[in-house]
Amino acid sequence: MKSFTKIRSKIIPLPHTDVDTDQIIPARYLKVIDKNGLAEGLFDSWRRLPDGSPNPDFPLNQDDYQDAQILLSGDNFGCGSSREHAPWALMGWGIRAVISTSFADIFRNNALKNGLLPLVVDEATQTSLFDLTAEAPNATLEIDLVSQILTLPDGTQIKFEIDTFSKTCMLEGIDQLGYLLKHDEQISAFEEMRNA
Amino acid sequence: MNPKTLYQKVWESHIVSESDDAPSILYIDLHLIHEVTSPQAFSGLREKGLKVRRPERTIAAMDHSTPTISLNFDTADDMAIAQLEQITKNCADFGITLFDAGSKERGIVHVIGPEQGFTQPGKTIVCGDSHTSTHGAFGALAFGIGTSEVEHVLATQSLLQSKSKTYEVRFEGVLPFGVTAKDMILALIAKIGIGGGTGHVFEFSGDAVKALDMDGRMTLCNMSIEAGARAGMIAPDETTFAYLKGRTHAPKGDAWDAAVEKWKQLPSDEGAVYDKTVTINVSKLEPMVTYGTNPEMGIAISETIPSLGNKSEAEQASLSKALNYMDLSADSPLKDHPIDVVFIGSCTNSRMSDLRAAASILKGRKVAEGMRLLVVPGSETIRKEAEAEGIDEIVRNAGGEWRFAGCSMCLAMNGDELEPGQYAVSTSNRNFEGRQGKGGRTILASPLTAAASAITGKVTDPRELMK
Ligand code: SF4
Repeated sequence: MKSFTKIRSKIIPLPHTDVDTDQIIPARYLKVIDKNGLAEGLFDSWRRLPDGSPNPDFPLNQDDYQDAQILLSGDNFGCGSSREHAPWALMGWGIRAVISTSFADIFRNNALKNGLLPLVVDEATQTSLFDLTAEAPNATLEIDLVSQILTLPDGTQIKFEIDTFSKTCMLEGIDQLGYLLKHDEQISAFEEMRNA
Repeated sequence: MNPKTLYQKVWESHIVSESDDAPSILYIDLHLIHEVTSPQAFSGLREKGLKVRRPERTIAAMDHSTPTISLNFDTADDMAIAQLEQITKNCADFGITLFDAGSKERGIVHVIGPEQGFTQPGKTIVCGDSHTSTHGAFGALAFGIGTSEVEHVLATQSLLQSKSKTYEVRFEGVLPFGVTAKDMILALIAKIGIGGGTGHVFEFSGDAVKALDMDGRMTLCNMSIEAGARAGMIAPDETTFAYLKGRTHAPKGDAWDAAVEKWKQLPSDEGAVYDKTVTINVSKLEPMVTYGTNPEMGIAISETIPSLGNKSEAEQASLSKALNYMDLSADSPLKDHPIDVVFIGSCTNSRMSDLRAAASILKGRKVAEGMRLLVVPGSETIRKEAEAEGIDEIVRNAGGEWRFAGCSMCLAMNGDELEPGQYAVSTSNRNFEGRQGKGGRTILASPLTAAASAITGKVTDPRELMK
């Protein structure tokens, strides 16, 4: 997976709560057998008008945000289905971190396995970030995973939490499967114990 | 010894190793896969030169992108065909049992697992699908995983997992006439919200749960994920054992007796402590319907859609966004609102008792003019059983479409979908924007409510047609 150390980027505001994985990537895009091309379907129903043309009001269609890597969303981002196509689509578009007050369990797991950072902030920070995107759409945030610090444009620093195991995997870009494979002997021992 | 919950017992008996600086390694007894979320996992195995560690613990289904109008999937589109060919090849290359087009028992993965007796109490069960929670109805620890994790389980039969918190959901009382397990779970989600169970595993308990048959228990556990919970579990009892006995893959003879002895140890101990508890008395429940774009936006059929007032700014914004999409108004009833389609199916409500419930209302009646009724059994086994009872005839005589098994309009990947703007009363589990087709509007309800609404052409209280 892609490693993550530090990014600096504008913030794409998505001021909705409970953004579900059917919105992030609708089922009609799930017929692929690889991970490519999913960015095309990212937020398809919000990004496009009924006639298929781009919705000019949706931030992903605005010039300002074409290089942005940070998405700011309402509570409970990624609820719904287990489709890992959701983080693949976000990453495919260029998103590297999603900021919210909470994430659905499966989405969070999937994101961490792909180098997409689900960054949890408190409600006050979330509100101030939404205010910031309204007042200064070009403002940038810095996310430093090593120190676990989010730096606002005015220099304010906010510490965020992440478990040590996921952090190490993200920093080094390592696949968690390697860790499991190293435990082959224990897995065999467990199987033998159960068959005894 | 400390009293333990059902979840703790299953969790602890599957720990391969624990460490301070990594999640636990959890052994997986049964791995279910389907065509949509598995191809990339097999590509990963091939790239790394890995094998499937325990092919005999892996079962594959074709259900999501498969057409339901023909038995052999010959009307699938090119991309779906590519996906079906891929899973066929993957299962052949790695030695995995596949319930494919030719299988007499094929169907929705969460329907065939229990039906074939693969799902058993005390097992750990995973699938690249969030409604894996369904299998918790048997006292299994069953939850959805992503495709990376599918690859992990294929390669190692294990998963990195952190322990969840426990949440006891007690349903007390006796279900009134015309009210079902589906209404119980919709009432719970309306009460605690779609994030209410995040980080937790539910244990459904209480008299009203004990009184449910296995079909109803599966409906309950199926929608645990709609409240954000990792899984939902129900303690195994005589109802569970009676369901499993004699199923193709259930233990037989002495092994059966030994298994039942073990399963009887699983229920939570007296005095076991949960991190959270909620109690709902079902005696006053009514049929439930959803009015919005996520499953927590539900009301009793006699209630009106909530007001915008007295809410936080964020709640107001999400409610008005949902009502705008649904083209419904705050403070107005949902009952009697005209609808276009009724979908009876999905891993939530496509089993025999669901189809019988729907048929009890459809029998001798006709669907409203212009109404499209789609009835999709959860498996081919169920389809044949229903046909032996004449349910297919009842559906056809009412003017409905009787289909072959599959996920169908639950997620609209196979050509069965709503048209933009259409209203559907559906027995499935998700009413997200566009879930049943771009621009489609979904009202979640029980099979009774769905069948009654098909007859009248509007959102209907089934009790009015059951008198
Ligand atoms: S029926 Fe619906 S919820 Fe169930 S597995 Fe199929 S798509 Fe998922």
